[in-house]
Amino acid sequence: MFAKRIIPCLDCKDGRVVKGVRFVHLRDAGDPGELAEVYNREGADELVMLDISASREGRATLMDTVNRVARKLFIPLTVGGGVRTLEDARRLLRAGSDKVAINTAAVETPELITELAERFGNQAVVVAIDARRIGSAKQKTGNAKMEIGKSKEGNLRVSNFQSPVSGAVSEEAAGTTWTVVTYGGTRPTALDAVEWARRVEKLGGGEILLTSMDADGTQAGFDCELTATISRAVRIPVIASGGAGGPEHFAEVFLRGAADAALAASIFHFETHTIRSLKEYLRERGVPVRI
Amino acid sequence: MIALVDYGAGNVGSVLKAVQYLGFPAQPVSSPELLAGAEKIVLPGQGHFGAMMKALADRRLLTTLRKKIAAGTPYFGICLGLQALYESSEEAPAVTGLGMLRGKVTRFQALPKVPQVGWNQLQIRRADGLFRSIADGSFVYYCHSYYGPVTPESVAVTEYGETYAAGVQKGNIWAVQFHPEKSGEVGLRILRNFLEK
Repeated sequence: MFAKRIIPCLDCKDGRVVKGVRFVHLRDAGDPGELAEVYNREGADELVMLDISASREGRATLMDTVNRVARKLFIPLTVGGGVRTLEDARRLLRAGSDKVAINTAAVETPELITELAERFGNQAVVVAIDARRIGSAKQKTGNAKMEIGKSKEGNLRVSNFQSPVSGAVSEEAAGTTWTVVTYGGTRPTALDAVEWARRVEKLGGGEILLTSMDADGTQAGFDCELTATISRAVRIPVIASGGAGGPEHFAEVFLRGAADAALAASIFHFETHTIRSLKEYLRERGVPVRI
Repeated sequence: MIALVDYGAGNVGSVLKAVQYLGFPAQPVSSPELLAGAEKIVLPGQGHFGAMMKALADRRLLTTLRKKIAAGTPYFGICLGLQALYESSEEAPAVTGLGMLRGKVTRFQALPKVPQVGWNQLQIRRADGLFRSIADGSFVYYCHSYYGPVTPESVAVTEYGETYAAGVQKGNIWAVQFHPEKSGEVGLRILRNFLEK
């Protein structure tokens, strides 16, 4: 049985884990080494570390953090944030990372994807795509905001993901498009997210880490339409990110969103939910997981 | 000395880290002279079948590797280190493999997502040696587009649309398609089984 992956994300700044709500307000959620060990013990399938200050500050702290985290970690580790050159990637891989995530640099210099893949192998190249809705965006954003209150109360959306998997999402998504944004969501581009995802695959990207900028930080659920659309457009795995607020959101993104993996930060850092309890929840609902 | 064959690509660093964590002295080896003195050999492959066979040949490691394996030195292949044991691979049809296992390495066809990236279960067929103390159904971490066919030497298999060799054992030759260095406690135990052999 091939398992869907649950991936905690450590957003790091100056050697500490922080998590932004829409990348702007930061709360301190602890030490990366400590968190990595807890997640490893709880059954995380992989770990992602994103250095959110990388483009502005020195990377010495990050290398040290990666090294410290990797030393005792025997599950895959992906590190991203400010990776712009082969040399950046080489240093991270040498520090103990298994994969590097590139985002803005890939959009600005798509050949970098190919260069990285040729040098380190496709498996080491995770291309992060930050996407924002344009078609029918108004309605969707409205929904997402309303659901914040709902998700806090619990399982109001449980019935959704027990409906048949196929078809529904792609029909719903017809007419909707997403555009790629860069620089932590601050800069829009003219790139269509689906087109970009297909190109990323052709260029040699090994996996896509797909963040919905509409859902990110809301804890109102992943953008299943976006995830399903991208996941069905490519053959490489798609990791859904942005919006996880409760176990039901993970079930949704696997069953309706065709995600191969799902990533979240705050939901795990503040011990709202443990990885183990999340996986048990998913298993009961027929999502294959590693327990 | 435990030699980790370093042919310029691959995941030598993370395998070395895991071996050292388990308390065994090991060193990356990139010359035939050093490889000749190895008591145990680990080939931690990653990347392209053709590129690996060429890199091994370019570094004059291939002949020594064949000799050592033929002489009975314990060998542990990881990922491409397993695929190299077959006669050939679809990934590089013109390149010859080590030919210690019958058959040809082929590409996944049945499922939409290739490569297989993630955790999948072992169906253990022989529980001594490589899979000693490993529970049937244990999850291990895979990352590959090509796989080796099931042969009498397959001591564990996994299913990803197709059923393939997850672990092989043939005398002194042991190999796994998954990454034990990335498979948590289960992976470390499998690595230990080889190192303690």
